[in-house]
Amino acid sequence: MPTADELRIRAKRRSRAIQSLILILTIIAIWGAVSNAQYNLTRMNMTSGFSFLERDTGWDYSFSLVERSISDRYYYTLFIGLLNTLFVGFICIVTTTFFGFIIGTLRDARHPALSFAANVYVQIFRNIPLILQAVFLYAILIHLGGPRQAINLGDVAFLSGRGLMLPGLNISPAVSIGLLLASIAIAIGLIIAKTSLWRGLAIWFVSSIGICLLATAVLHPSGEPFFSVPSLQGLRFRGGISVPIELLALVVSITLYGSAYIAEIVRGGLSQVPAGLVEAGQALGLSRISIWSRIKVPMALRSIVPPLGNQWIFMMKATTIGIAIGFSDLFYITVNSISQSGQTLELILILMLTFLAVNYSIAIFTNWLNARLQLKEH
Amino acid sequence: MSIVNVAPPSKFDVARKTFIRNGFGSPLTTLISVIVIAGLAYIGWVLLDWGIFRAVWSEEDVSQCGGHAGACWSVIDARHRLILFGTYPFDEHWRSTLAAIAIVLTVVVSCQPVIWRAKRLAILWIAGFATYYLLMEGSLLGLPQVTTDGWGGLSLTLFLFAAVVLLGMPMGLGLALMRRSEMPVVRWFATILIDTVRSLPLVTTLFTAAVVVPLFLPSWLEGDKIWRVIIAFAMFFAAYQAEVFRGGFQAVSKGQFEAGRALGLSYWSILGRIVLPQVFRHALPSTVNMIVVTFKETAIVTIIGFFDILASGKAAYGTAVWAPYYIEVLVFVAAIYWVFIFLLGQYGEYLKGRMALAAH
Repeated sequence: MPTADELRIRAKRRSRAIQSLILILTIIAIWGAVSNAQYNLTRMNMTSGFSFLERDTGWDYSFSLVERSISDRYYYTLFIGLLNTLFVGFICIVTTTFFGFIIGTLRDARHPALSFAANVYVQIFRNIPLILQAVFLYAILIHLGGPRQAINLGDVAFLSGRGLMLPGLNISPAVSIGLLLASIAIAIGLIIAKTSLWRGLAIWFVSSIGICLLATAVLHPSGEPFFSVPSLQGLRFRGGISVPIELLALVVSITLYGSAYIAEIVRGGLSQVPAGLVEAGQALGLSRISIWSRIKVPMALRSIVPPLGNQWIFMMKATTIGIAIGFSDLFYITVNSISQSGQTLELILILMLTFLAVNYSIAIFTNWLNARLQLKEH
Repeated sequence: MSIVNVAPPSKFDVARKTFIRNGFGSPLTTLISVIVIAGLAYIGWVLLDWGIFRAVWSEEDVSQCGGHAGACWSVIDARHRLILFGTYPFDEHWRSTLAAIAIVLTVVVSCQPVIWRAKRLAILWIAGFATYYLLMEGSLLGLPQVTTDGWGGLSLTLFLFAAVVLLGMPMGLGLALMRRSEMPVVRWFATILIDTVRSLPLVTTLFTAAVVVPLFLPSWLEGDKIWRVIIAFAMFFAAYQAEVFRGGFQAVSKGQFEAGRALGLSYWSILGRIVLPQVFRHALPSTVNMIVVTFKETAIVTIIGFFDILASGKAAYGTAVWAPYYIEVLVFVAAIYWVFIFLLGQYGEYLKGRMALAAH
């Protein structure tokens, strides 16, 4: 009969043996994979390493926020891809959160017709694969006619098969990226300064618009108007901001799909707020809007933020379906680079590390936001 | 003295009164009701008018479609076999139909509580999957052989779905157990794997499996592209499902392990007879949700070149005759996805309600 000590030692030995076995197997698997890769690469006469990043690409793609040409270096092209992914991801995070809160609130509303309509929306857009929605939208947009047959949206915006023409401030793209960054910086500053939710949102909104108008006033080309409105001249539009249909289809489909998901998260959070708190608000004579904004939303946010953060990460990852409709996000650029340069391993490594870094940053941000929102124990 | 009726009002009565009070209680709510109902009715009418009343239905009437205001379902009449079966040989379509029915039946039967034992579920899914494979591949049943390259359409979508769930479920359980292990190396291994797979977009994982992994493998280990992609997809499923199981484990109190230990049960007995049954119970609604997500995500494989229902739909309107009717085809494909996903989702909601009742 073994004593307790002997049994403990035996268990310890077994656990050591299992762990060593796993370590050894992992190392053998990695070593086998690496040596195989080396063998395969030499057989295909390919050099490994990151020197290809300095080479010119020689191919074009659909969209970039900054100047581009086919003689850009690989690293610069990949950087544009990352910029596009972050750009679409950021826009979609903002739009889905905005519409998700509205639709989720409607879904939670007492009014039967409103909650029914919100429910119909959620059930339609949540239950069709995102990629199918994107392909559908893109197919419809690309079948719209040229600029001459454009759909006129109130004489300031035009939708055609070439893209959506929007009126905009008369500034260069580089300045608008700077303004976007400034606006994000203000938002981060407000969060760090611990401004209350609604005041913070109001300050952020007003100051963002303020710096945009200010920058336009200072930087717009002299002799040209403050706003640039698209107008049909000959066979194409001039002025305004042109949104390519790939970008439009991607952003709209992610927004439709993602806001249905966020609406469900928001509804879940709102419905968990104890009825007694709402009744206390009514007893104090607060208006419905005050009850919503000062009692329900702040309480609900505590249970909303963790799944909301997951949804934001999902949105970042969802930008990769852009490849199905030809939007040049990071994945699209990577796949093109692989087929053109053949540097498969290096490019996949860059792609994966970038996504890990981006999503890890979002996770850190939401964890921190969550910690800030939790009730302080007194 | 008259008798006062003190019976509580019926549930229907209460619901009707609440409905009227909330929807038509004040001029403003009435106005909102009217606007919303009118808007929904208008959208519904436009869709019905387009899709049914003015639609052209049969392939022979396709000449009427040009410049027509309604839907041209002729394209579905003519091309539905391509959409549903892909490039599968025409004469063998009955096999593809039966195989797809086998998968659907497997899912329907797994929804019955009678079957909720690990052994029964495992047998059911392996049997359903084997039926599918034998019918589609054919050579073992003495039918003409069709390799996986020839599979396509809805059948391929269902195949990917079933294979991923079948492989991913045990992998997810294994990862969840490894993540709870007291051995640090095992725990780190599982944690790194789960977190990495969860941070990467599914497309990149599948693309890596399809294109990059062969570089790392000796040629005898490479296997079919479809199996590499299925294994990568199953890893994705397992990484998420492991987190679902982890939530289930957290709902089981530690005292239960300790009680099992005190009785002198082995690790596997405690797990199999005490803990796992409760874990599965707690994890059930999230698991159904994960299965729904997986079904939706199978559409991604079209990007890496598989002929699933989305790709076959695109092929269906890829000819000059049918090119103008892309909307009808995409609506048809979307409707198929929608029905599957909606029904599974409703079933998940029903389970959630059932478990909430049981918790009282």
